[in-house]
Amino acid sequence: MRWQRRNRAIGFVVLLPSILLLAIFVYSFIGRTVYASFTDWGKDPAQALALKPVLRFVGLDNYRELATGVIDGRFRQDMVSTVFFTLFFVGGCLLLGLLLAILIDQKPKGEGAFRSIFLFPFSLSLVVTGTIWRWLLQPSGGVNRLPTLVGLPAGKFAWLTSRQQVWRFDWNALPMGAALLAGAALGVAAFLAFRAGRTRRGWIASVGSAALLGWALAAGRAWAPLDWPELHGFNLAFVGIVIAAIWQMSGYTMALYLAGLRGIPEELREAAVVDGASSWQLYARIILPLMTPITLSAMIILGHISLKIFDLVFAMAGPDNAHTDVPALLMYITTFRGNQFAKGAAIGVILLLLVALIILPYLRIQLRKEVHE
Amino acid sequence: MSWRDLFRRGFAWRWAMYLFLALAMSFFLMPVYMMLVTALKEPIAINLDTAWQLPRTWNWASFEEAWISFLPKLKNSFVLTITASAASAIMGSLNGYVLAKWPFPGSRTLFAFMLFGMFIPYQAILIPLFGFIKGIGLYGSIWGLVLVHTVYGLPITTLIFRNYYMEIPDALVEASCIDGAGFFQIYRHVVFPLSLPGFVVVVIWQFTQIWNEFLFAVTLSNPSSQPITVALAQLAGGEAVKWNLPMAGALLAALPTLLVYAVFGRFFIRGLLAGSVKG
Repeated sequence: MRWQRRNRAIGFVVLLPSILLLAIFVYSFIGRTVYASFTDWGKDPAQALALKPVLRFVGLDNYRELATGVIDGRFRQDMVSTVFFTLFFVGGCLLLGLLLAILIDQKPKGEGAFRSIFLFPFSLSLVVTGTIWRWLLQPSGGVNRLPTLVGLPAGKFAWLTSRQQVWRFDWNALPMGAALLAGAALGVAAFLAFRAGRTRRGWIASVGSAALLGWALAAGRAWAPLDWPELHGFNLAFVGIVIAAIWQMSGYTMALYLAGLRGIPEELREAAVVDGASSWQLYARIILPLMTPITLSAMIILGHISLKIFDLVFAMAGPDNAHTDVPALLMYITTFRGNQFAKGAAIGVILLLLVALIILPYLRIQLRKEVHE
Repeated sequence: MSWRDLFRRGFAWRWAMYLFLALAMSFFLMPVYMMLVTALKEPIAINLDTAWQLPRTWNWASFEEAWISFLPKLKNSFVLTITASAASAIMGSLNGYVLAKWPFPGSRTLFAFMLFGMFIPYQAILIPLFGFIKGIGLYGSIWGLVLVHTVYGLPITTLIFRNYYMEIPDALVEASCIDGAGFFQIYRHVVFPLSLPGFVVVVIWQFTQIWNEFLFAVTLSNPSSQPITVALAQLAGGEAVKWNLPMAGALLAALPTLLVYAVFGRFFIRGLLAGSVKG
């Protein structure tokens, strides 16, 4: 109909400013960051802050340096730190969030008050959270003094000032380790595909798995990115930051799970009970499997927050603390303190790739789901 | 017998549940307690050994001091937060109306591209953004931050309004069309009057996000246009600081969003669900 076509055209015009703004602020800026990461912007201090800097195209040099350069060991440790931080933060939030949601779902007395208390940290700035937890985690005060309130000796852990590192591994073992892990994952995928009767997919996965595992075992050891051993691991100084982050975000996870639990029809639970399910069986066999989509969503949301975490670390440990550094913070320091724009851009691009890796499939699934509904 | 009785029936179970809830509650409230008692102590009375004890003399002066030094920053934050929330909410509402009621060929793809902007790590656009804001002369001005927060707020506000407007029956829109109403008339007389809850959700969400934001604030502001989060991070990050002031400042920085949460909790939860579980 004519009015329909006319209104759609007006609609496009109304949408246009937002499209243009996002095209510039998201996509063209990403493009310029990628370009900057291929140049030597910042190598020459005279050019770094020039109004129109003369840039030389250097290809992938910045990325190569980040992965293998002598001075960029800090970046590599940051990547390792981010992985550990993400694992503990996401795992902690999911566990605590699910537990709290299940308990609140029992409708205890004071249910509303509990829910509000568990969720309020989510409304705070991470800078506020970081400031308070920084004070709580002073080595000879705060949390370490808690045991003395019940007559136990005070805690000794140095929290944010800890210099201990555990689960260390040589960076040179990373290619082999990654290939082994990916090979194993593909192997599992192949097994699942065969079991589901998708033979073609299963064969592709098995061949990939075999190739990766074969390469890792045959040549992985010889392929070392560095000429020297370089140990990285989990910095225990992160433990406190993980706790503060869980404090902030587990209420959010609880709210997600709670919304899911409330969506399970009462009849389903009643039916299970009538059929003689114990409460453990009710949760393990019926409710938890129904929560899988929420767990996935929460993992993705929390995971991408975790990769981007910046303010909390900044507020808790300061921007210049190598033991509690993450790539998001290093990008800021490298760029705006060190004027190493090209290298900062490269770190930004790596972060973007990591986030895109988990967000793009999620967006695809979410948007496709809507079509089918 | 209800399924909940399974859980409630056992005496031990119920006690375990309340014990765990009480423990969790103390974990969540412990930082609040610490913040309050530290802020209320005389600077000289603050030491690590007695950090958990209540103040001997209640000293409110830290709040006054923090209030005086933070007042300009709080003003910056309010100007920034209110304008950027309003601007992104209005644009998001119009966008959502278009995407929900007047989809054109390719609008779904466009929507997906818009959404991606909400997840990107801002480190990936920070360098060109910094250059751009400097180039248009808004570096160090609060209006630069307003622009940035409005633009990067568009994906989430568009998303929430779009999903919200999907619930409005198409028949309602079609009926108005047949009555001769145009694009904007339908928005004004049909869609907008139904939007109040949507606006509450979006504005609360944006208010909280922008008030709490730190990366753009620390990159694009100078001391005169600093929002509260930057000022707090600087105050607390300084060496040899007495902790009463940062704690009082933390409370001031937290109060506006806490109040929003306390008053509009229900809408707040709807916003956070909209931001994650879609469809």
